[in-house]
Amino acid sequence: MTALRQEPLAEEWARQRVRRRTSVLARLRSKPVAAFLMCLPLLVLIVGLIIYPFFYSIYLAMLNKRETQVVWLDNFRFLLTMDTFWLVVRTSFLFTFTAVFFKALLGFILALVINTLPTRGQRVWRGVSLVPWVMPLALSTLGWWWIFEPTHSALNWILVELGFAPKSWLADPFWARFSIILVNVWYGTPFFMIMYLAGLKSIPLELFDSASIDGAGPFQRLRFITLPMLKNIIAITMLFSTIVTFANFDIVRVLTRGGPRNETHLFGTFSFRLGIESGDVPLGAAVALVMFPILAVSAFFILRGVRRSVV
Amino acid sequence: MAQVVLKDLNKKFDEVYAVKDVNLHIRDKEFMVLVGPSGCGKSTTLRMVAGLEEITSGEVHIGERLVNDLPPKDRDIAMVFQNYALYPHMTVYDNMAFGLKMRKFPKPEIETRVREAATLLGIQELLKRKPRQLSGGQRQRVAVGRAIVRHPQVFLFDEPLSNLDAKLRVQMRVELKRLHDRLETTVIYVTHDQVEAMTLGDRVVVMKDGLVQQVGEPMELYSKPRNKFVAGFIGSPAMNFIETTISDASGALYAETAGLRVRVPAERTSRLAPYKGQAVTLGIRPEDLQEATGGDPQDLVFEALVEVVEPLGSEILLDTKVGTQTIVARVDPTVSTKHHQKIRLAFVPDRIHFFDNKTEQAIA
Repeated sequence: MTALRQEPLAEEWARQRVRRRTSVLARLRSKPVAAFLMCLPLLVLIVGLIIYPFFYSIYLAMLNKRETQVVWLDNFRFLLTMDTFWLVVRTSFLFTFTAVFFKALLGFILALVINTLPTRGQRVWRGVSLVPWVMPLALSTLGWWWIFEPTHSALNWILVELGFAPKSWLADPFWARFSIILVNVWYGTPFFMIMYLAGLKSIPLELFDSASIDGAGPFQRLRFITLPMLKNIIAITMLFSTIVTFANFDIVRVLTRGGPRNETHLFGTFSFRLGIESGDVPLGAAVALVMFPILAVSAFFILRGVRRSVV
Repeated sequence: MAQVVLKDLNKKFDEVYAVKDVNLHIRDKEFMVLVGPSGCGKSTTLRMVAGLEEITSGEVHIGERLVNDLPPKDRDIAMVFQNYALYPHMTVYDNMAFGLKMRKFPKPEIETRVREAATLLGIQELLKRKPRQLSGGQRQRVAVGRAIVRHPQVFLFDEPLSNLDAKLRVQMRVELKRLHDRLETTVIYVTHDQVEAMTLGDRVVVMKDGLVQQVGEPMELYSKPRNKFVAGFIGSPAMNFIETTISDASGALYAETAGLRVRVPAERTSRLAPYKGQAVTLGIRPEDLQEATGGDPQDLVFEALVEVVEPLGSEILLDTKVGTQTIVARVDPTVSTKHHQKIRLAFVPDRIHFFDNKTEQAIA
């Protein structure tokens, strides 16, 4: 029975195959081909903007300074022996973790405060607090640079008025680091705020009602309801922010250019210094590439945690 | 175990009264149902008892205490919400234990109480699951379980069955009633479903526009509605309201409208006499209309045109037209009629209601 049925079918398929080969139009009609064509613009974008530059930078990082010869991993080996490189690694981690921590903390507090405001006032405050995030970063950093300016500017004037000694904000290694972190926190907090606020709004109000009847005070509601309910959004927001903060360029470039004595260089600015300003493009590419595995690994762990808690 | 007393309770939202001058005395161990259409203030009243809504004016007493200024957690109440409000990130066990943990009960005590409640509700198998792994009915039970582990003085239910499908709702209704018999706790139960109200309540409060319309035992509300709203709200299908004029002829009063003339029962004439020549609303429940037999007095019988026939098995609903008015009758399944046919219907005389057209109050 099955054998009888199979034979004419196989013949039919063969005939169809011949027909299709002859006609382009017929080929377009086949579903897999059409699907591929519809995805093509996206594929071109991904290949052109992500895959090609990624592999090109790997290739670049394996050339010698004059880009005439492939030296394989020599650039990376050289970096590992470089004290400045290790300084950049330390600064980058310090910068990222401190900045992300304070952005998350302040963003959370801000979101909680704004969420308790009556609905009418909320829109205004939400709008106002988004301003730092909406402004072009290089521009607003320029404003900060003016605030930090030691002799003629606001910050030191206030300090002096209050009876403190003026500080050379961008020239002292500690205060220079403090300054770039401060500006980054100022810039990034609204993003956390808006994400947390969206998260807070999605928690059903009955949960809080129920918890207060169950005997939970404001602090316990925060601890047992709000935080667990926001766990995912906190993780995702911190991941995104970690990646963006780690790769930050504008703030350091405008405020300190990595100084004093390379103390405030991050991967991005150090790569720019080596590759563009000192003309060693392969070495600069190598610095930038070191960031990749660090970010990829952190992305993997955080996303895995998110997926687990979602199930 | 405690009584709950509401005294001149008011709630104002932006100049609009959501609850107005509510006075209720809910007795110890009583199952009290607040029922009414949405926006009638029943949930707001409940939330004021719970302490989730600020009281504009008036007093709430639970037991012997005035609780106006006590936070929800100190009122010794438990509440079940419409969408259950289970904590999604906690297991069933933790959900039920949460209130006890917050109150710093010792662990073994918590364990005993949770297991006890779980056994009572038949959810022992589910204790390790998360709420999202449960069906609607199971979630409902967990929500009830979370309320009963605390052994509160008063249970508050805010439309707890609305999210269940019809069949499960009937089943849970019976279970809630059984549970109340067993726990012997005061219950305040809010619903918009008059069937739920009638079947569950020891007494029922009908509310509309923030005002209490009537308080009474279910059958009292059904047979002696105080006004037109209660009459129309309680009972399904709803009571027929017929616009009539009162006239008198040969010593008796009649309620008349096109195609219909009913003699006012003798014992009601004195109350209706002042309305002579005026319009009043006649109310009659569908089940108080029957197919006329030869024995029915002619002044209680009228002819109606059948427009829709709805056979329900145990009875038949007839949508009929008399003059310009639509009248629904609920007749025996043995009645044989078709649409576009005429049928003669008879009033059950002592079940006729009259309502003043201006005040909408019953004329009794």
